Amino acid sequence: MAKVKQSIERVHIIGVLVEDHPGVLSKLSGMISTRGFNIDTITVGKTMNKGISHIVISLTGDDQTIEQLKKQVNKLVDTIKIIDLNPKHSVLREHCLVKVESSAEARDDIINISKLHKVNVVDMNEQSMIIEVVGRPEKVNNFLRMMKKYNIKNVCRTGVNAMRRDSNNNH
Amino acid sequence: MLGNEAIVKALLEENVTHLFGFPGGSVMPLYDEFLNHTDNLRHVLVRHEQGAAHAADAYARVTGKAGVCLATSGPGATNLVTGIMTAYMDSSPVIAFGGQVPTGLIGNDAFQETAMMGVTALITKHNFQIRSANKIRSTIKKAFVLALNGRPGPIYIELPKDVQTSEVINEEKDTHIAGFKPKISGHFGQIRKAADLILNSEMPVIIAGGGILWANACNELNQLVEMLNIPVTTTIMGKSCFPEQHPLSLGVLGMHGRKVANYAIANSDLIIAIGCRFNDRITGNLDTFAEKSKVIHIDIDSAEIGKNVPVDLPIVGDAKNVLHRLNAVLAKLAQKKDSIWADKIKRFIKECDCVLDINSNPIDPRMLIFEFNKIIKEQDIVATGVGQQQMFCTHFLKRSRPRTIISSGGAGTMGFGLPAALGAKVAVPNVEVYNFDGDGSFAMTMQELGTLKEENIKVISIIMNNAYLGMVRQWAELFFDKRYSAVHLKRTPDFAKVANAYNLEGYSVSKPNEIVPTLKEACNSDEAVVIDVHVKEEANILPMFATGGNITDMFGDCIHIPGKLF
Repeated sequence: MAKVKQSIERVHIIGVLVEDHPGVLSKLSGMISTRGFNIDTITVGKTMNKGISHIVISLTGDDQTIEQLKKQVNKLVDTIKIIDLNPKHSVLREHCLVKVESSAEARDDIINISKLHKVNVVDMNEQSMIIEVVGRPEKVNNFLRMMKKYNIKNVCRTGVNAMRRDSNNNH
Repeated sequence: MLGNEAIVKALLEENVTHLFGFPGGSVMPLYDEFLNHTDNLRHVLVRHEQGAAHAADAYARVTGKAGVCLATSGPGATNLVTGIMTAYMDSSPVIAFGGQVPTGLIGNDAFQETAMMGVTALITKHNFQIRSANKIRSTIKKAFVLALNGRPGPIYIELPKDVQTSEVINEEKDTHIAGFKPKISGHFGQIRKAADLILNSEMPVIIAGGGILWANACNELNQLVEMLNIPVTTTIMGKSCFPEQHPLSLGVLGMHGRKVANYAIANSDLIIAIGCRFNDRITGNLDTFAEKSKVIHIDIDSAEIGKNVPVDLPIVGDAKNVLHRLNAVLAKLAQKKDSIWADKIKRFIKECDCVLDINSNPIDPRMLIFEFNKIIKEQDIVATGVGQQQMFCTHFLKRSRPRTIISSGGAGTMGFGLPAALGAKVAVPNVEVYNFDGDGSFAMTMQELGTLKEENIKVISIIMNNAYLGMVRQWAELFFDKRYSAVHLKRTPDFAKVANAYNLEGYSVSKPNEIVPTLKEACNSDEAVVIDVHVKEEANILPMFATGGNITDMFGDCIHIPGKLF
């Protein structure tokens, strides 16, 4: 009997080019959840090709599980192509808006921390400020961790977007 | 040209000659158009849309063509769902049309509106909603391509009423499906490796699944077996792809399969699985399944390879294509060898062969099967219900010609039998078609007796009537301390009288020596017949292994095998 590959879970990111019809995203995510895969984040947008959209999915699982997921996604008639967005050879970005309570005392601290983390304050009033974080998911995580002591009122993350780097080593 | 005419023209272009359906408000324009094509297109009016879906499914299973069914919007379409799901689980190419409210009303909770695109999304290979008459022809073309190529599967097409009545002005020509590129020819390097593996194995076994039938690969399978003397077992879906009277035919494997088949699998050193998906009914406990064997898995759907059972040698491709090339490679390398394994298996198969004459009263259900086996001819087709009678049938009935037994394997849909037999008879009218059913299953779709009568479709229904929901009762007896909960059907109704109510002939049989004469009389009839056979109430279909059990832990006595096989 063939040996089952070792079960080490890690984050996998896959890009899926799909035909842009109503219901495609719904069917894709429905299929994924029905088969017991656990999506961490999913994002979708149009491409330069009319009628084709690009979906980026990040999920945690072992290699064998993700292999099965890719095959199932490929089976969908709407799926045109699957792109492996392994963090090792891709650029990863996530966009996050976080609203933090900012009393007069905290305001300066928050602004300093924001400068250090190279994030932008995009809105400010007496009670709170909205800060925009763009970067790798770890950068977003780190910044949110720093903001915890300052009463986070709301967080909106887009989920990870990714693009393969072109290089001689990629197959 | 209006939409309704475009739809019919598109169907005729796809060589559709029959369809099964039930009208309603949202499909009246289409039904009106049918009257203009009665010479080329036969519409069979069923009595429940589920019957239409099962009939279309069976039509596809016996011909390999796409089976077409049609229902109105709302409840009509949702009544198709069970049938579509049944086809999906067994990879059957069904084109299911459902009416829909006019496009302007969609999303408004209109009368008889249901979001069927969402409902069918995960039980179809793909679905389409036609929003413009210009897209009718291209959509239907795409639907048939998808249904019939790669791994077959059902397609749902939604037809809003206004699309049926609007003018085709600028017909869409493009029928390209960007995301559909089925892999037909297997990788030659893999095929070569497979040949080596096979020649170096000492105890090979072939598992032939439904894919062999869908690919029409029975001849190629036969060649492989004859070349190398490899024993063959089939799944329920693959049954009839290999003649079961052949000395190397192990019969069906799995939970209610033959002990000798499971024995061969458990003791093999190489499993060659073709067109099968290693469903839990045949593998039992995956931790112990095929422990000692290497696995070659040939399938057109790469997602099935490695899904349940880890595979040593995967080959993605069409069964016929791959086997043809594999046979060519083997023919150059192989010499037919006398194998100890093949001889041992042949001996076991012979020992396991049971033909019984059990003249007990009440009738032993096995007796019914054996008597039926005497009457049914090689070219006749049998459809089954689901439950004990289905397992008796797949276990004991011998089939040798492809596509002569149809059964709901993946879904296990009770009520499949009668409408499936109906569809099979419409597809192949010149053979006898039987529905081998249970009292529980038959009662679920027996209104199709009306269709059999009024559409002049002859089906011989044999009901293995044990007064119980047999399979559930068996499980209650074996696994729930015989605590019967809601399983006693008590032989209501009298099925012979039900047949009479439909102006059809009905027989009640309660003695074993009445079975054959009644069957013979039924064969002589011109019209559909119902034979209600009262069998022993609490008989079990054994041997079996429990869900998740090891296939080597089959329990329950076989008729013949001396002692335990494992």
